[in-house]
Amino acid sequence: MSEYRVLTAGDTALVVEFGDCIDRRLSTWVLSLARALDQIRLDGIIETVPTYRSLIVHYDPLRLSATSLTSTITTLMADLRVHEDVGRKWHIPACYDPSIAPDLDYVAAECGLTPRQVVERHSGTTYHVYMIGFMPGLAYLGDVPAELVLPRRPSPRELVPPGSLAIATTMTCVYPVECPAGWHLIGRSPVEFLTRRPTPTTLLSPGDQVVFTPVSLREYQRLLGMAAQGILKIAPNEDFLGVAV
Amino acid sequence: MTPAIHVVAPGVMTTIQDLGRPGHQRIGIPVGGALDPVSLRAANALVGNVPGAGAIEILYHGPTLAIEASDVRMAFVGANAVIEILPDASASSGERIESLRSIRLQRGQIVKIGSLAGSSVMYAAVEGGFDIQPVLGSVSTYLRGGFGGFKGRALRAGDQLPLRRDSASDQADHMIEDLDISPPSRVRVVLGPQNDYFSDQGLATFLGSSYAISLASDRMGMKFEGPAIDHPKNYNFVSDGIAPGSIQVPGNGLPIILLADRQTTGGYPKIATVISADMPAVGRLRFGAKITFESVTIEAAQAAYREFAVMLDGIGDKLVPLGRTDQDLTLTLLHSNLVSGVVDAYEGALHAVRSIRP
Repeated sequence: MSEYRVLTAGDTALVVEFGDCIDRRLSTWVLSLARALDQIRLDGIIETVPTYRSLIVHYDPLRLSATSLTSTITTLMADLRVHEDVGRKWHIPACYDPSIAPDLDYVAAECGLTPRQVVERHSGTTYHVYMIGFMPGLAYLGDVPAELVLPRRPSPRELVPPGSLAIATTMTCVYPVECPAGWHLIGRSPVEFLTRRPTPTTLLSPGDQVVFTPVSLREYQRLLGMAAQGILKIAPNEDFLGVAV
Repeated sequence: MTPAIHVVAPGVMTTIQDLGRPGHQRIGIPVGGALDPVSLRAANALVGNVPGAGAIEILYHGPTLAIEASDVRMAFVGANAVIEILPDASASSGERIESLRSIRLQRGQIVKIGSLAGSSVMYAAVEGGFDIQPVLGSVSTYLRGGFGGFKGRALRAGDQLPLRRDSASDQADHMIEDLDISPPSRVRVVLGPQNDYFSDQGLATFLGSSYAISLASDRMGMKFEGPAIDHPKNYNFVSDGIAPGSIQVPGNGLPIILLADRQTTGGYPKIATVISADMPAVGRLRFGAKITFESVTIEAAQAAYREFAVMLDGIGDKLVPLGRTDQDLTLTLLHSNLVSGVVDAYEGALHAVRSIRP
């Protein structure tokens, strides 16, 4: 069994903390506990939110006391089975063309690689969705290969286009909407990570796996056009079709 | 023509809000909702709506609204403000009314709400509510995400807010009494989840100092100016989940209370969490107002929440009908305990009114 602490986050939330770093093993515990709590459907739990290293459990104190929620968590943890690969696997097209990858040269220089090697390393890795946060649909994907680990930009850019593919520290992400961004931009994906209408939905969920498939600028533009018409369909557990690099 | 409220002037930050959309934080969607759900519920009670119906949330300065329906019952609950009813768009002055009441307004009439005083927020509810499609079960406007409420944004001049009803019901107008909607000077918190990141000195600063609300605050977070809180463990903190009322302390040592539109996860240590019974009052705090933080136990916080929930359930019992002058007179007499004989009849009538409340 993993070591964990149950922390108080006010009178309507508890944090089950497995550690203080970003670690696949911790994430697996977090996601497994989230799944176990989902399954028992305990009255009074409003929702749980997995993060890198902890699970926050939002509850209604009128229906569930902190003491009884804590003892439920203790019981679940005592015989929790760990689920290694609970998520779906996605192949996501990504374009690393220099015209839409403003930081690719910088990243390559900092890492002592060629831009092509950066693309090979980045697209040659299967990423784990640790969590979704910061904004709707922004998935924190890790871990990037050790050679590509860089600190964030000293100051964030005010606005980056939706679909911007970025890296910083051990993480990579795709910004789902136009937003301020402090990470290094190494390409773009034509896929919608957040669909706003009619109902907001996100492509990825915590625990999913993601591989980026490089596409040419021309193919990116074609796919972007399809996405704009709502006809770009990306299905999990399937290779991405229609790639013409 | 679709019954509507026409926005003549929007105010500074006017949005549609209800009690928010819990259940989607796992995909990064904030709960959102009214900054002061007590005032929202009271405004809805005054017009006979369910407590969580969407209403207009007004921050700092009110909008000017024109009635474009046969007649509409509206209610205003929150900060003090001059609320003026003008007979039509060309009128330069009109009748002033108090907040904490409902009023039946006719087509063409204009409601002009001035600057808010005493607190930062007011709610304007309409009988029957707005005819707005909920997003993930809520009509709350989520500004950063650009969805919910009216077109996912703050109201603008020229907007037509569609109404569910074209005419008001024939029930009496009401006022609400003994509703405590004052902003607090002392805010209760439960320490944690990361109070152990802070030095004893840092905790003493946090609990022993006065903090003033900064201009940089918004619906996402309330920032403060005051003494910096020492945290020697100021290393790269790995993001974790965020509770409502979570107080995070970034590198500058100044606390931020995370409000309705808070992000779902965050990367700063959280010294304490405002107790949920105090969050609506926190939502009323204005720029420049000063508060102190008081630490309470989780048991005390949950006891306070149970008491708070009872108060919420009792909001409908605070309604007092108003209307014809003789009714007002009777009420005055009742309150002076001069006509005890009328009490039973009045209570009976009040009970009848309450029993038809949804």
